[in-house]
Amino acid sequence: MTEQIINDLTIQAATVNGSGSQTANLILTRAIFRMGIPVAPKNVFPSNIEGLPTWYQLRITPDGHMARTDKVDILIAFNPATWREDLLSVRSGGAVIHEQAFSNADIRSDLTYYPVPFSKLAKAKIQNDTLRKQLANMIYVGVVAGVLGIPWEALEHGVNRQFLSKPKAVQVNLDAIKVGLDYWQDNFSKTDPYLLRPMTGLVEGKVLVEGNQAAALGALMGGVTVAAWYPITPSSSLCEYLIAYTDRFRTDAKTGEKRVAIVQAEDELAAIGMAIGAGWAGARSMTSTSGPGLSLMAEFVGLGYYAEVPVVIFDIQRIGPSTGLPTRTSQADVGFAYTLSHGDTKHLVLLPGTVEECYEFGRDAFDYADRFQTPVFVLSDLDLGMNLWMTPAFKYPEKPFDRGKVLSKEDLERLAGDWGRYRDVDGDAVAYRTLPGTDHPAAGFFTRGSGHDENARYTENPEAYARNMDRLIRKLETARAALPAPVVDETSKSPIGLIAFGSTHAAVLEARQDLAAASKPVDYMRVRALPLSHEVAAFVARHEHVYVVEQNRDGQVFDLIRLELPPELVGRLRSIRHYNGQPIPAVAITEPLLNMEPVLA
Amino acid sequence: MSATLNRVGLPRDAYKGAATTLCAGCGHNSITNHMIKALYELGVEPHRLAKMSGIGCSSKTPAYFVETAHGFNGVHGRMPSLTTGAQLANRQLIMLGVSGDGDTASIGLGQFLHMIRRNIDCTYIIEDNGTYGLTKGQFSATADLGSVQKKGAVNTFQPIDPCAVALTLGCSFVARSFSGDGKQVVPLIKAAIAHRGTAILDIVSPCVTFNDHDGSTKSYSWVKDHEESIADVSFIPFFEEVHVDYEPGTVRDVELHDGSHILLKKLGEDHDPSDRRAAMRVIEEGRAAGHLVTGLLYLDTTMSDFATTEGIPERPLKDLGEDELRLTPDQFGQFISEFA
Repeated sequence: MTEQIINDLTIQAATVNGSGSQTANLILTRAIFRMGIPVAPKNVFPSNIEGLPTWYQLRITPDGHMARTDKVDILIAFNPATWREDLLSVRSGGAVIHEQAFSNADIRSDLTYYPVPFSKLAKAKIQNDTLRKQLANMIYVGVVAGVLGIPWEALEHGVNRQFLSKPKAVQVNLDAIKVGLDYWQDNFSKTDPYLLRPMTGLVEGKVLVEGNQAAALGALMGGVTVAAWYPITPSSSLCEYLIAYTDRFRTDAKTGEKRVAIVQAEDELAAIGMAIGAGWAGARSMTSTSGPGLSLMAEFVGLGYYAEVPVVIFDIQRIGPSTGLPTRTSQADVGFAYTLSHGDTKHLVLLPGTVEECYEFGRDAFDYADRFQTPVFVLSDLDLGMNLWMTPAFKYPEKPFDRGKVLSKEDLERLAGDWGRYRDVDGDAVAYRTLPGTDHPAAGFFTRGSGHDENARYTENPEAYARNMDRLIRKLETARAALPAPVVDETSKSPIGLIAFGSTHAAVLEARQDLAAASKPVDYMRVRALPLSHEVAAFVARHEHVYVVEQNRDGQVFDLIRLELPPELVGRLRSIRHYNGQPIPAVAITEPLLNMEPVLA
Repeated sequence: MSATLNRVGLPRDAYKGAATTLCAGCGHNSITNHMIKALYELGVEPHRLAKMSGIGCSSKTPAYFVETAHGFNGVHGRMPSLTTGAQLANRQLIMLGVSGDGDTASIGLGQFLHMIRRNIDCTYIIEDNGTYGLTKGQFSATADLGSVQKKGAVNTFQPIDPCAVALTLGCSFVARSFSGDGKQVVPLIKAAIAHRGTAILDIVSPCVTFNDHDGSTKSYSWVKDHEESIADVSFIPFFEEVHVDYEPGTVRDVELHDGSHILLKKLGEDHDPSDRRAAMRVIEEGRAAGHLVTGLLYLDTTMSDFATTEGIPERPLKDLGEDELRLTPDQFGQFISEFA
């Protein structure tokens, strides 16, 4: 037997979409997490309901790496259609658990094989006819448990946790797992090097949360009262979670009365329209969408910007252009979102890099929208939004809502009615607003997307138009300083820096660790909002070369940074891009960096 | 001489707005005046009114009445979604939308239909002139087949009739009128406002500049010659008593959600406004006969409006604070631990 590899391996389950394999994968994930071992699961799924191939990658590392990797150690081959291709993905020395019936002709000789007659076992051992297909997947959980040494208690925990709301399902699933475990014990002896051993100190206090769950919880805690949405992958689950959470926490059990309105709109045009209408009337309002929906929202977002209406827009990015790859991840909406709509527009864009930030930014976005009276984007992506991530438990908010500058009836009485909707009274370019329903004769004003003066009156006056546009860009400057600041780590004292944002963070952390291990450490700045902090230019100024890492073809944030840098710094900036729809692995950073950067050669 | 004050202590002038910038003689200006009269007589509190509109000549008009009320001139054809959102944020608001035929029947048709499907509590007035005025006289989708453009072009497409479309979707209040018929428009506006649910009021409103010539079916002279009112409409608000001095059997009395009454006096054939199929027949027969049928076509006072169906509290959602919206620290801790 070769040297053992403990708690450092990647399992890839190749199954058929719609066969119920996701439940098995999640139970396996939760069982290993229960052992105190960090897990990083990624779904690679098709735009399909049933029949197409799907993969589930479960990465296990003692360091808690959360990024995807291209190296598969253990393959669970359940899909005959991709069997040969899947075999090629396994690293030399890896193990393969596969359906015994799959052809073994021209098989690789550098792998360990555990052929299991899954179909026959399911027919013979699973008595439940209606659930046989689903439960067959549990058999491989049992086999994997046998191969890796997952204790029964952890498996029980995984099953119990998975079926919290369906306790009746627990025993049949455990029985099916036992079938696989027994088969392993009766028929194989271990010849592969991989093992799992319980760990302490790494996962205590941590939870497994999807970014869309976190964002929905953020919206809930941020006080959303009106949400309008149109179903689109990968954002649908965000509003579906919000519906579930508000059913539980915002619904009066006796009267059925709801302290929230969630509308499934007829399209994204209407979804953003409803959200803007609600924001105008004083609600904390939101919509959630992905690329194609964002395109449809462009006109209304311009109205929100120009008429200065608070609204929060979650964009869970997927690959474009057009329909693109609806179930694959991307960071390619960032440039579009930042200037969405015709005319001169610039928006506040929050860039959560972890699920914890999906929660925090999802919550605080409502404060920013109210404070700056403008649309605020929260740009997540499919990888962050739809995969489970290990995270510290979220913190309870410390601050009350910031509802921004709203004049009440009493305020208007104090001002003797002398106010103007678009006057810059405080010098921060943020004007005061009144809400419809305010019982004062001076409260009313006319909100419009056409030209308006300081008192919200229609005007085509050139000076009044330019004055207003100048105030809007000054308002952006006020916001620039208030948005989440970049997170900087310059402990390496390296002349080389990386800049990244969003879900790329996980791969950057791992790449930096790999580089440091090779005595080639690099500094790191994680950008968390647009407009860019002035700290970005300062970071570039402190380094010889700075590489902007992002998951889009065109280097969209690389371009945005270049635009804001003083000319003498522009040449220091370089671009690393990953854009095939798979979450970026660390190697997609280290390889180009080492190739391009002479200092690290 | 002191002005006469309405039930909320306001003179008629309090319901005026900025001076109109539309053409002299525009039907829309008449509708604005009808609106002022209706709102004044109803005693609507200006601060509770939300004037909503899209884009076009019609959509400018909310600036021309009740200047002290909040108004929102949004984007073309999308007033229904703005109205839906605002209504959900604050159910205390009286949502009054003004749209046009391009805004409603072309670019905004989808939102128009879905607003009706949901039965959003709002009044939706279509100032219908069959033409695009601001862009200088193109046909709109409500222009009748064979009607003639100012420069002679003939419309070759079937019209979209907003009332027929609304009826098909089960709209809870459907009426048609003519901007020059204040006697009918004013009580219909009042009834639409009193109605809880989506009230569609399609008002033919001639465009004096681009569509008031021979060959147009949206001109003053054509409508005057072809209007067929199905009943005399009068409106008795909830704060007045109903005095019926008509002969028995000649008047239908419909009570609205707020206790107001609509009285419909038969003119020809008796039309039952609670009969949707009859309303469709009246429209179809009128069209076949070359008439513009006006009046209250359909009314369903039993249908639940969207916010009620959805369990939205009467108390405005916008006013809820942290204590009603956030989880408590204990709830939060418990909820997070479920993700372990």
